[in-house]
Amino acid sequence: MLDATPRDKVYERTALVSNPCKTCQPVGALYAALGVHKTMPHSHGSQGCAAFHRMFLTRHFKEPAMASTSAFTEGASVFGGGANLKTAVRNVFDVYDADMIAVHTTCLSETIGDDLHAFISDMDIPDGKRVIYANTPSYVGSHITGFSSMAAAFIDHLAEKSGKPSGKLVVVPGYVNPGDVRELKDYLGEFGIKYTMLPDVSDVMDSPMTGTFELFPKGGTPIEEVVATGDAAYLLALGSWASAACANALKRKHDVDNRVLDTPIGVAATDEWVMALSKFASSPVPAAIEVQRGQLIDCMLDVHQYLDGKRVAIAGDPDIVIGLTAFALECGLVPAYVITGTPGGGFEERITALLEQYNLVDKCWVKSEADYFELHQRIIQQPVDLLLGPSLFKQIAKAEDIPLVRAGFPIIDRYVHPYQPIVGYRGALRLLEAMSNAILDRQDRDCNDEDLEFVM
Amino acid sequence: MPAVILKERQASITRGGAGSGAGSGAGGGGCGLGGAAGTGQGQPSGAGIACEQASVAGSVSQRACVFCGARVVLNPITDAFHIVHGPIGCASYTWDIRGSMSSSGELYRHSFSTDMGETDVVFGGERKLARAIDEAVAAHHPPLIFVYATCIAGVIGDDVAAVCKAAEQRHQIRCIPVQAPGFSGHKAIGYRLAGDALMRLFGGQACPREKAHGINFLGDFNLAGEQWIIRNYLKELGIEVLTGITGDSRYETLMRAPQAALNIVQCAGSMHNLARRMHDELGIPWISVSFYGVEDTADSLLRLAEAYGGAQAAARARALCHRERERLAPVLKRYRRRLGGRRAAIYVGGGFKAISLIRQFRELGMETVMVGTQTGRPEDYEVIRSIVSPDCVVLDDANPAELERFMIEGGADILVGGVKERPLAYKLGVAFCDHNHERKHPLAGFVGVQNFAEEINASMNSPVWSYV
Repeated sequence: MLDATPRDKVYERTALVSNPCKTCQPVGALYAALGVHKTMPHSHGSQGCAAFHRMFLTRHFKEPAMASTSAFTEGASVFGGGANLKTAVRNVFDVYDADMIAVHTTCLSETIGDDLHAFISDMDIPDGKRVIYANTPSYVGSHITGFSSMAAAFIDHLAEKSGKPSGKLVVVPGYVNPGDVRELKDYLGEFGIKYTMLPDVSDVMDSPMTGTFELFPKGGTPIEEVVATGDAAYLLALGSWASAACANALKRKHDVDNRVLDTPIGVAATDEWVMALSKFASSPVPAAIEVQRGQLIDCMLDVHQYLDGKRVAIAGDPDIVIGLTAFALECGLVPAYVITGTPGGGFEERITALLEQYNLVDKCWVKSEADYFELHQRIIQQPVDLLLGPSLFKQIAKAEDIPLVRAGFPIIDRYVHPYQPIVGYRGALRLLEAMSNAILDRQDRDCNDEDLEFVM
Repeated sequence: MPAVILKERQASITRGGAGSGAGSGAGGGGCGLGGAAGTGQGQPSGAGIACEQASVAGSVSQRACVFCGARVVLNPITDAFHIVHGPIGCASYTWDIRGSMSSSGELYRHSFSTDMGETDVVFGGERKLARAIDEAVAAHHPPLIFVYATCIAGVIGDDVAAVCKAAEQRHQIRCIPVQAPGFSGHKAIGYRLAGDALMRLFGGQACPREKAHGINFLGDFNLAGEQWIIRNYLKELGIEVLTGITGDSRYETLMRAPQAALNIVQCAGSMHNLARRMHDELGIPWISVSFYGVEDTADSLLRLAEAYGGAQAAARARALCHRERERLAPVLKRYRRRLGGRRAAIYVGGGFKAISLIRQFRELGMETVMVGTQTGRPEDYEVIRSIVSPDCVVLDDANPAELERFMIEGGADILVGGVKERPLAYKLGVAFCDHNHERKHPLAGFVGVQNFAEEINASMNSPVWSYV
């Protein structure tokens, strides 16, 4: 496995990306759009884009992922895609009866300079229907940027202020799984907070088996709730890469104050989330949440002797990787390599600040805009005990015989995970179980017969 | 509420029965297809179904693009370096995209990209591409590099061909451009481009021209190791395979391809053009084969043996087929009891596979009620319509709404398809078998017949269905 990776030294590259740790903006925009009810994500580009993105999401969620396409031809790429978009919008409303079409651009439509604002302004849109768009050039940022842009586009295009405050909290969960969104909702429910989750992929990408196929499953933020965010009291954005743009948009447009928190992965970040909710609700932390925290700390103590000092490599999307790194440090693990493929945003500084709290800065190689090939080369030079990240780690895990705990996106070779959280105390408990099992299983597998322990 | 069928789509939906109706043929009045059919764009010539056309804007097409077509055909070349010149997505989505297996290297299971950024789009990406090739050569010394230019490389005017040519001279290796912008047609155009890229490879100086014994196996991609199964049969017949094209192939094996005495072509959708060019330009005749299902496998082996191996090979082929039929008979009998009378729906990439699957279901006593392809050709649809029942819906480039409607109408018990169709089938309470990149077991040859029967039985008769 991965025999092609040179083992003698790390080859420096400046032009060639090998085994990328990111993908392009449109798929993120598509995922965000699936989180608004009865909305058809629409890819304004070649038909392959929509096919790839749907495949990508289906491989992770094991669920259908709907999106329509402008199906660019040679003609459209020369004369512009306006006519294609017009036909597409008519067809999507006619055939699929969507309430809204959320258009995102692609590298192609951006490069040829399609003006979506002008196209959409010129259209006859049926009464009660809406068409919004986000610019998501594939050659800037990553899928996380695309998610962030579409989340902000919901606000830019839809949010209105009626003048009657709703008292609601808007929560922007970031690029996470439906299981995470459910977990966040549980917290909001415990506090009795009235909220709008935007986007909300629960009951969309984890919809139950009913024997019928729903083109638009029951979940997703209702469009009227998105519209009403202009009346909200406050906004909490989780994960600055995926969610800050949405928070800024609502502040700019309707002066709704906000706070951008880290994705609540691990103890400290979840504490922050809980305290922010407590402050918003002006109420103490509910007992049920206190218990969950106590159970997590209890288990972390139980298992800490097996995790302490173990070296871990972490990869994935920036908001998730920051959370995973923080939790790894809390458990006594030593992050040896921490990478993301997504450029910008001060990723390296954030990770370094976390490491500083544990005096581990010089033990760790941190890089944004990195790829798995380089990570593999470095792991060859100095191995680790554990890999923590998406399925894209799999080949390295096999090649170097290192256990892999799957977390983040995409996880395309395992099942059930989208239904489960990694956020909150229970999410951390789940991660803790997976990480300690991986390390203990490895110890059982590798130890001599006489060293096999019944009780661990 | 049954899904609405777009007017533009009606010409691409028809029913069984070759030659019936002029251009439309959508039968049953109740299904609402009959009326406006024939008014759609681009009527086909005689085959009765509109295909090989661009997808309709606004459709939720299950179909991929030109780049994807080129990439899936060339990707199984195991020691080639596949660089995607464009923004990162197209490389990410095609990282180790196929389950094509290798008997040697693994370079093809990587994903390489120039990851074009904003400055590259503004100032051009040629220099970055040249550097990327240099870096690839420094770390990997590949004998062969394919450079796939995706949507915007051409739009911004990158001269990818010139960069590749310069790299060939600089590094003394083959570096072949594949100009595959997604918008320049559909997936099948990408297949043709892949064939053209291979012809370019065969046209190089290093290719010997004298004829050798042996054949090339076109249109098999060694998914789940299927080619190895067929190679073993051919070995038993005394027929040597010089190279798969492109399953489990390497630069070295591909360079022998022009010496072959015969090409056998399985996935004609992807390989028809290459087979024709190899015939016209290299003088290699070709025959169509299909190694899916008992009948098609046996028929293909016998025809190949007769066409190439002579009387001795034909005798061996008959013996092999007899032996395997005997071995399979009780297996098929058992599964016929469990599966007979049930109904199948098929939605696959190309026509040949659909045709074999219809026959294969028939071998299991099952009727096909819906059959569609992403990129079938008119002649494929002609055959399909002639072998299915008149009630069977035949459709090209379907969307999920259409698949749903016709699976339900036909009462399908199982769908055979690819990654995007699996969850759709399950949601509808329909069993599923992946006959695409994510197939779990080899489905080719006589062994594949048994695997196929086991797999569809396992899905259709899973205890989980009783809880739905």
